[in-house]
Amino acid sequence: MTALVEVKNLKKYFETPRGLLHAVDDVSFKIDKGKTIGVVGESGCGKSTLGRVIIHLLESTDGSIFFEGKDVTVVNRRKLKQLRENMKIIFQDPFSSLNPRMTVEQTIKEPLIISGHYSAKDAQAEAERLMTMVGIDQRLRLSYPHELDGGRRQRVGIGRALALNPKFIVCDEPVSALDVSIQAQVLNLLQDLQREFGLTYMFVTHDLSVVRLISDDICVMYLGQLVETSPSKSLFKQPLHPYTQALISAVPSIDIHYKSNRIILEGEITSPIHPKPGCRFAKRCKYECKACREPQRLEEILPGHFVACCRVKEINSL
Amino acid sequence: MMPNKSENFLSVKDLVVEYTAEGQVIHAVNGVSFTLERGKTFGLVGETGAGKTSTAKAIMRILPDPPAKIKHGEIFLDGEDLLKISENEMRKIRGFKVSMIFQDPMTALNPIMKVGEQIAEVIRLHNKISQREANEQAMKMLEKVGIPRDRFNEYPHQFSGGMKQRVVIAIALACSPELLLADEPTTALDVTIQAQVLEMINKLKVDFNTSMIMISHNLGVVAEVCDDIGVIYAGEIIELGSKEAIFDHPTHPYTLGLFKAVPHIDDEEDRLNPIAGLPPDPSNLPKGCYFSPRCPLVTDRCREGKIELKEIAPGHFCRCIVKIGEG
Repeated sequence: MTALVEVKNLKKYFETPRGLLHAVDDVSFKIDKGKTIGVVGESGCGKSTLGRVIIHLLESTDGSIFFEGKDVTVVNRRKLKQLRENMKIIFQDPFSSLNPRMTVEQTIKEPLIISGHYSAKDAQAEAERLMTMVGIDQRLRLSYPHELDGGRRQRVGIGRALALNPKFIVCDEPVSALDVSIQAQVLNLLQDLQREFGLTYMFVTHDLSVVRLISDDICVMYLGQLVETSPSKSLFKQPLHPYTQALISAVPSIDIHYKSNRIILEGEITSPIHPKPGCRFAKRCKYECKACREPQRLEEILPGHFVACCRVKEINSL
Repeated sequence: MMPNKSENFLSVKDLVVEYTAEGQVIHAVNGVSFTLERGKTFGLVGETGAGKTSTAKAIMRILPDPPAKIKHGEIFLDGEDLLKISENEMRKIRGFKVSMIFQDPMTALNPIMKVGEQIAEVIRLHNKISQREANEQAMKMLEKVGIPRDRFNEYPHQFSGGMKQRVVIAIALACSPELLLADEPTTALDVTIQAQVLEMINKLKVDFNTSMIMISHNLGVVAEVCDDIGVIYAGEIIELGSKEAIFDHPTHPYTLGLFKAVPHIDDEEDRLNPIAGLPPDPSNLPKGCYFSPRCPLVTDRCREGKIELKEIAPGHFCRCIVKIGEG
């Protein structure tokens, strides 16, 4: 099976007054059709930037992006328009990502009209179909975003993303702003839509429980780089990178009788501006040694399970 | 744990808070009662708009009036009703005997004041000491929350989110309060930083023997730090009990629904069971049980009248007539 989306050595640097910020630094992975890849990491690790670079909301600095086997790293305007029909994004905050002056119907219809594939009448019918699909009552079609609760707003965002039948959707923290009981409704909707239309998701989140639930494969990101990639099951059964181990152990469990061995990290994330060549986690890592100052490479430690840590085998007694 | 025992350090009785907006009355807190013993932590769990923060702000007496009004209730702290004393007396208690950690460290700090001074300000307000002594104490507080003392002269924007929240915690703890109200203290933080902050709060609680109310929507956080828990829905506590009672024997359909709706890090489930529908409009609450429109077990009787909180096991209370066999 060929991958629907593949990125190779992707980089995105930002110029800042204090120097070059390495937001995404040499990231490679692929996503198979119909699958979900989860990208987890803490704020500022570059996970949202990664999603935006892939769908061309931001221009990449270096590296390549392939979509359905074709190199789409650099595309002209016409190609970009085509590409945009196939690659969509659902944003984190349904409060700021919708135009407050557009009704639900206008919001969902807009991409249909812009595409030029729909007459006004067809667009209307299609918008109605999309609204039903994401579970918004027809009576709300003339409502404005401020009249809707967070869950419904996010459904509008999803409806708009589904317009034009995309193949690939970047879900950028789509449930983080929602209450737990509503979060479950939206996650189930995303899963249903994936099953029905064979959608491929890149699911960006800081929430490990959500990522475990929804992903087939997981990439753990730290300061612009992937430190561990693995099938979801294997990652949670046996996290291998010291950062992943700390991250998973830090999630408060609701099992009150089981005391987990929490790894408390010292210090805070180092600056992504002009990072040193070695392991970026080394400063907070209890296994830090001299070899950590060399650049780290992702290596396959278990089947399909890649880790970028020079001491991984020793730490995990493999 | 009994809602009407009186020898407790803090006891909130039948608290009612309403907001008035454009002629409409928003029923934010509808008769909340609970008690807290010295050195213990009470967790208040619920979703946005359930009345968690309004309850805490009522205890601190910092609800904005208008639009908010404490309509009814008693808040006894160490035998004194906080709702009966003058504002002047309350100012002496606020920040000294009772203090609060706010949810969002980005907005809780004064952006144009050095962080050290913000800590020293509280100390000087409640103690007759010199500026120099206050500064010295503030530096000690910074160290206590894991920030080097030489960052005293820096401004909030020079700190990361986790560091800012520690400054907020340092301010709250500066006068060794006897009661700490923590309103979602880790919600704005990353998990690894959250783990650090929770560990610090747990340690400080032991060091100072502080009683605490932990407000959170995160069941995991509550499991980690609380002794007793109240689950709050539409301004009412619908289930109340020890941590063990709530986590091992959740009984109210809403509590059960919450557990099923949240993905768990240690579970291999692949689908969640959401609670259908939305929380009720607080300006137009349903008759009878507030959860009845979303409840899978609803009967006609649930919609009739007010449902009382009943003891279902020693110290474990539940507000549901179906579950306690009266339906």
